[in-house]
Amino acid sequence: MSQRDRAVAAVRVAGRGRARRRALTWRRRRQLAGLLCVLPALACTTIFFFVPLGLDFWMSFNQWPLLGDHQFVGLQNYAQAVHDPGFLGSVGVTVLYTVIITPLLLVLAFVLAVLTQGADRASRFFRTLYFLPVPVGLASASYLFVWLVQPNVGPIGRVLQLAGVVQQPPVWLAATIPALLVVVGMVVWKVTGLQMILLMAGMQSIPDAMHEAATVDGAGWWRRFLFITMPLLRPTLALVLVFSVAGSLLAFDQFYIITAGGPSNSTLTAVYTIYRTSFVSFHLGYGAALSILTMLVLAAVSAVQLLLIRQSTELS
Amino acid sequence: MTARVPRAAWWAACLALGALFVFPLYLTLSQSLKTSAEAAASPPTLLPHQLSIQNYLNLNGHAGSIDIAQHLLNSLLVAAGTSAGTVVLATLAGYGFARLRFPGGGLLFMAMLAAFMIPFQAIITPLYVVLHTIGLSNSLVGLTLVYITFQLPFGLFLMRNSFAALPADLEESAQLDGCSLASTLWRVMLPLAVPGVVTTALFSFFTSWNEFFAALILITDQSKFTLPVVLSVLQTGQFGTIDWGVLEAGVVLSAAPCVALFLLLQKYYVGGLLSGAVK
Repeated sequence: MSQRDRAVAAVRVAGRGRARRRALTWRRRRQLAGLLCVLPALACTTIFFFVPLGLDFWMSFNQWPLLGDHQFVGLQNYAQAVHDPGFLGSVGVTVLYTVIITPLLLVLAFVLAVLTQGADRASRFFRTLYFLPVPVGLASASYLFVWLVQPNVGPIGRVLQLAGVVQQPPVWLAATIPALLVVVGMVVWKVTGLQMILLMAGMQSIPDAMHEAATVDGAGWWRRFLFITMPLLRPTLALVLVFSVAGSLLAFDQFYIITAGGPSNSTLTAVYTIYRTSFVSFHLGYGAALSILTMLVLAAVSAVQLLLIRQSTELS
Repeated sequence: MTARVPRAAWWAACLALGALFVFPLYLTLSQSLKTSAEAAASPPTLLPHQLSIQNYLNLNGHAGSIDIAQHLLNSLLVAAGTSAGTVVLATLAGYGFARLRFPGGGLLFMAMLAAFMIPFQAIITPLYVVLHTIGLSNSLVGLTLVYITFQLPFGLFLMRNSFAALPADLEESAQLDGCSLASTLWRVMLPLAVPGVVTTALFSFFTSWNEFFAALILITDQSKFTLPVVLSVLQTGQFGTIDWGVLEAGVVLSAAPCVALFLLLQKYYVGGLLSGAVK
């Protein structure tokens, strides 16, 4: 190899090295920029989510007053929780509320979605009408309904009286079941439109050809609904159900404002009990333990729901 | 599928349902526009005999010391701060996750979405302790930061998908033309991701404007209460009597902006709901 050839080869190698190094630093720079972009969001999530999440577990093993030192007590908070009639009662109320409201919302939302799924002006108008309460806050809607059902000054009693359904305006909030029904009524009014839109989007993603083919085969409306719409809607249904159940299990605002947990603490929900434990009695450690238990129940319920729906999809 | 239902029956059903959904909104609006005397009447009137803005004026200084302008401002500041903060953080991080891939990014993205699944009701007790420790308890800034954190997963998801959907050559040609990373994001990518930005801002605004639970717990000073929480002071009443006309005026004040914004930006609102849920 001549000297010239060697020199050319050396230049070529050096050039390639430089190119690779340049490529590396360019990639590095992009990676670094990516990390920098993510950093502010990560900092926020760490301080206000990951740290509290970890602290939740640690606090649940401690006796933790608002002021003064905390003291490690092991599993004592959990042992207390599983025998606490107040907490267990509130879990019962929460489950009862969830069991009442979930099918009610879903069926009504289905009816509304089927009624207004057309693309015509009238359907669009009614859809907007049913959706109108959704942007209203849960708290505002609660202040609205607590007035609606007042026995003397509230209009619901008056309307029922004028319609001849009752003689005297009923007293809604003095007994457990009627009070629960007021909350259920408010949530149905506020949330059905939301589920309607979600279900409708699921229905519209089913290709028309499916329905047409079934119609040609002689399937009527019900058969098409049962054997085409329902099975193909399962993923949407799963999602709506999980959201709905999780929301109900975490119910607080509507009970705080409408029933204040009454009459005689019979409508205290799980989150309401956590609120009272941590921020009225200031047993923060015990409140944290109750939070962890609630979180576990929530995760378990969601997992079971998803599993059930997946299984029934495989079966069909 | 509606073809089977006779048209007249369809109209009747839809109108009846529509009346049920709109009736409570009508009732509260009409209650808020009655005179004080009529608003307290028993049995109640279903149509106001005389329109008046007395209840809205009475919101101020009611139940002792409520300064309604202050609470409106608190709510506005928190909602605007949450929207702006969420949009900035979610845009930056969404761009980072979608376009400037780095090792461990995918895992980090999943971890940050976890806040989607664990709601803040479940970690409110330690959250209170953390805010207390860093000196942000009883502070609207602290409340805003908490809201931003819990709006971030949705915003992050939306913005990452918005950026990931844009073609790669767009970014490359911008950089060949000498754009820096920052100006590529600002001038080329962001204008194309505007729908994602609007949806993120809109949802952050709605959620923080309406949020009750955290605002009730994390703010203890009445002068710093947001609108939904100060209404609970009205609901407690002055000398044990509740002025329902004033309370419903408060409900209208807090609900009207949401309904109006929804009607104006319906496309983004529904689009955002669907992208958050169905994808």
